[in-house]
Amino acid sequence: MTAINEAGPALDAGPAPVGTRKRSARARRRQWGEVTLFAGPAVLVYLLFVLLPVVLAAYYSFFNWNGLGPLERFIGFDNYARVLTDPVFHRSVGNNFFILFLSLLIQGPLAILVALLMNRRLRFRGLLRALIFVPYVLSEVTAGLAWQIMLQSVPPARYGPIDTWLRMIGIENPPAWLADPNIVMWTMFGILTWKYLGLAIILMLAGLAGIPEDLYEAAALDGAGWWKTQWHITVPLLGPTIRIWAFLSIIGSLQLFDLVWIVTGGGPLHASSTMAVYMVEYGLNVTQIGYGSAVAVVLFLISLVVALIYQRFALRRDLQGALTTGVR
Amino acid sequence: MNTRSTLRIAAGVAATGLAIGALAGCAAGGGGTDNDGNGDEVTITWWHNGTGEPLKSFWEEVAAEFEADNPGVKVDVQAFQNEELQRTLIPNALQAGGDAAPDLFMVWAEGEIKSQVEAGYLKDLSGLTDVIESIGGAGTGWNVDGKQYGIPYRFGIEGIWYNADLFEQAGITETPTTFTEFSEAINKLADLGVAPIGVGAGDGWPAAHWWYQFAIKTCSEDALKEAADTLTFDDPCFVEAGENLKAWMDEFDGDLPFQQNPTSTPAQSVPNSSAGLLAAQSTAMELMGTWHRGEVAKLVPGAPADNPPAPEWLAWMPVPDIEGAAGAPGAALGSGDAWGVYVDAPEETLKLLEYISSVDVQTRFAETGEIPTVAGAEAGITDPVLKQIAEGTVNAELVVTWLDTQYGPVIGKAMNDAIVNLMFGNGSPEDVPQAMNDAAATL
Repeated sequence: MTAINEAGPALDAGPAPVGTRKRSARARRRQWGEVTLFAGPAVLVYLLFVLLPVVLAAYYSFFNWNGLGPLERFIGFDNYARVLTDPVFHRSVGNNFFILFLSLLIQGPLAILVALLMNRRLRFRGLLRALIFVPYVLSEVTAGLAWQIMLQSVPPARYGPIDTWLRMIGIENPPAWLADPNIVMWTMFGILTWKYLGLAIILMLAGLAGIPEDLYEAAALDGAGWWKTQWHITVPLLGPTIRIWAFLSIIGSLQLFDLVWIVTGGGPLHASSTMAVYMVEYGLNVTQIGYGSAVAVVLFLISLVVALIYQRFALRRDLQGALTTGVR
Repeated sequence: MNTRSTLRIAAGVAATGLAIGALAGCAAGGGGTDNDGNGDEVTITWWHNGTGEPLKSFWEEVAAEFEADNPGVKVDVQAFQNEELQRTLIPNALQAGGDAAPDLFMVWAEGEIKSQVEAGYLKDLSGLTDVIESIGGAGTGWNVDGKQYGIPYRFGIEGIWYNADLFEQAGITETPTTFTEFSEAINKLADLGVAPIGVGAGDGWPAAHWWYQFAIKTCSEDALKEAADTLTFDDPCFVEAGENLKAWMDEFDGDLPFQQNPTSTPAQSVPNSSAGLLAAQSTAMELMGTWHRGEVAKLVPGAPADNPPAPEWLAWMPVPDIEGAAGAPGAALGSGDAWGVYVDAPEETLKLLEYISSVDVQTRFAETGEIPTVAGAEAGITDPVLKQIAEGTVNAELVVTWLDTQYGPVIGKAMNDAIVNLMFGNGSPEDVPQAMNDAAATL
C-alpha cells in the first residue's frame, strides 16, 4: 500500500536547486511553454470554432441576408420580433420542454431502478449491460430511419412491423404513431428513451460502484430492509451522478435535432418540431441566413439561461470547490 | 533537461504552427483551379448532381470528348448529392469566389437564379444564340430581365404516374381527361381495395403540387404572371384554387382520394414512401415529375441495385382538365435542370456548354432515359412513356414552372406548409395566399 502512495521522483524532476534566481526565471518560461503547448491548440480551436461562430451568428441576426453577396440590409431586431411571435416557434419551444420534463420525470427514475436491479448479482449481467447500451452506440440516423420504417403505416395497404405485431395480438387499429399530431411527441419520447436510457443506466451504475460497501453492511446490521437501504443510502449518495445526468439530459432535450429530423422531419404539420429543427427549416433550407442566425441566438440564450439556473441551484454543491478554490 | 525542455517548447510551437497552417489551408486551398495551370493549360471545373449511373459516366465521357477535341483544356467534372450541391456547396463556393467557384454548374430556375444574378455571380449567356433558339420556350425560367443566364439540358412536365394493371382490374378502359372522369376512376380504384392516389405529404411539396395544379387551372395566365412579378397574391383565384381543391377532395368518403396517414408519408427513397407504395402496387396513382420513373423502379420489391428497370405496368397521363375553370386549359406544370457559368470562368467554358448542348450530345443524353431540351435531340428517346411526356411538354399551351421554385424558397416553404395544412390539417383556402403574402413581407 505505502509503496504505491509514495511514488518515486517524477521522471522530469530536475537536478538539485543551484542558482535559484536563474532557475526560477527559466522555470517560469518553461511553465509558459507548457501552458502554450497544452492549452494553445485547444484555445485556438475553441476561439475559431466556438466563440467566433457565436459572435458571427449574433452579428448576422441583425441582417436580412440570404447568404449570397454582402451584408447590406440591416433590419435591427426584426428577425427577433418574428421568431418570438411565430406560433410554430412557440410550439417548437413547447416540444423541447415537453421532452425535457418527461426525460427528468420518467427516464431518470427508470434508469435508477434498472441500475439498482443490474447492480445485484444476476445471471448474464455483463450481457444485459452490453445490450442496454447498444441503442446509445447506434448512430442517430440509422436508429431514426429504422424507427421511421417500423412505425409508419398506411392502412389498409401497408402496415409497419410494429403495427403488424400489434394486429397479431388483437389490436386492430393501432394509433397513427407518426401521423397523429396529438401522439407524435409521445412516440418521439419513446424513441428518445430507448435511445438514451442506456447512457443514464451506465452513469448510474458507475455512481453506484462508488458507494462504499461498508455503508450497506452497517445498514444491514441496523436491520434496514432493501428498499429502506436504497432510499436512505443509495439515492442520496447517487446525488452527484443524478444531477450530472440531469444536466446532460436537459441540454440534450433543448438541443434535440437529429432523431426528430430523421423520424418525422418536425411533422406532421409542425407537431414534432423543435427549436433546432425550426432553425434548419426556416433558416438554412429557405436560405434566410439572417433569420436562422436569430433563431440560433434565441436557442443559445434559452439553453444558457436554463444551464446557468441549473448550475446555480442544483449543481452548486457538486461544483463547489472545483470552480471557486484550488485553481492554483 | 535544458535541451529536453527547449525541444519540447520547439515541438509545441511547431505543432501550433502546423495547426494554424492546416486551418489557414482550409480557407485558402478549397476549390478548383481556373488559369493557374502551367503554360496555356486551362482547367474547367464542372459540378453536377448526377451521382447515379448512367448519368455519372455519361458526363465524364462528354468531358473526355471535349478534352480530346480541345488540346490544352482540362475538364474537372464532379458529381455531388443534390441537396448538398444546391444548398451548401454552390452557395459557399460562389460566396468565396475566385478559384473556389466552379466554372460550370447547375442553376435552378426563377427565384433562385434571380438572387444569384443579383449577387453578380453568373455570366450572361445571351451570346449563345443558336443554343437558346434550339431550346425554345424551355429556357424562359432561366431568363432574368431579358438576359439568358442558364441553359436547360433536361425539361419536362409533371403528370400522373399510374398502375395500368390496377386500372384494368378496376375496369378503367380509357385514361380520364376531365376531373369528372378522374373522380369516377378514383371511386372504381377504391372499390378495388387500393388507395387510389399516393401522396408524400410528409415532405410538403408533393401535396402542394395538387394545389399548384388547381392554381394554374383556376388562375389566368396574366394573374399568374403578375403574382410572380410582384410577389403579391391578392388575386381571388388563389383562394378559389384552394376551394376547388378542397371541394374535389370532399367529394369522396373517408380518407379518399389519398392514402391514409399522408402527413407522415415521405415522398421518396424508402419503401414506406409514396413512391414505394406505388412501386409495391399499394396505391394506383401519383402526381410527380419526370424523375419519378427512376424513383419507382428503385423501390419495386426485389429490384436489382444497379439500373433497375421500370416496371411494365407503370404508365403516365397528363393531369386531367378541370371543367369550367378560368385558367388556360392546356396549362401544365413543369421545369428542368440547367447549366450556368460563373462570371469569371475561362472563355473555354462557353465552348464546353455549347458542346454539351449540341444535338449529338443531347441525343445521346436522351438515349440514357432522359428528356432533352434541344430541338432534334428527341429522336434519342426510345421509351414510349418518355416519348409521351416529351410530346405532352411540347403540346402544352403554357408550361408554368413549379410555383415554389418560381416564388423562391421563402414563399415556397410558407405556401407548401399552408397547403398541407389546408389539405390534411385545419387550414382554410384563405390561409394559403395569406401565408404567401406574409412570407413575401420578410424578403
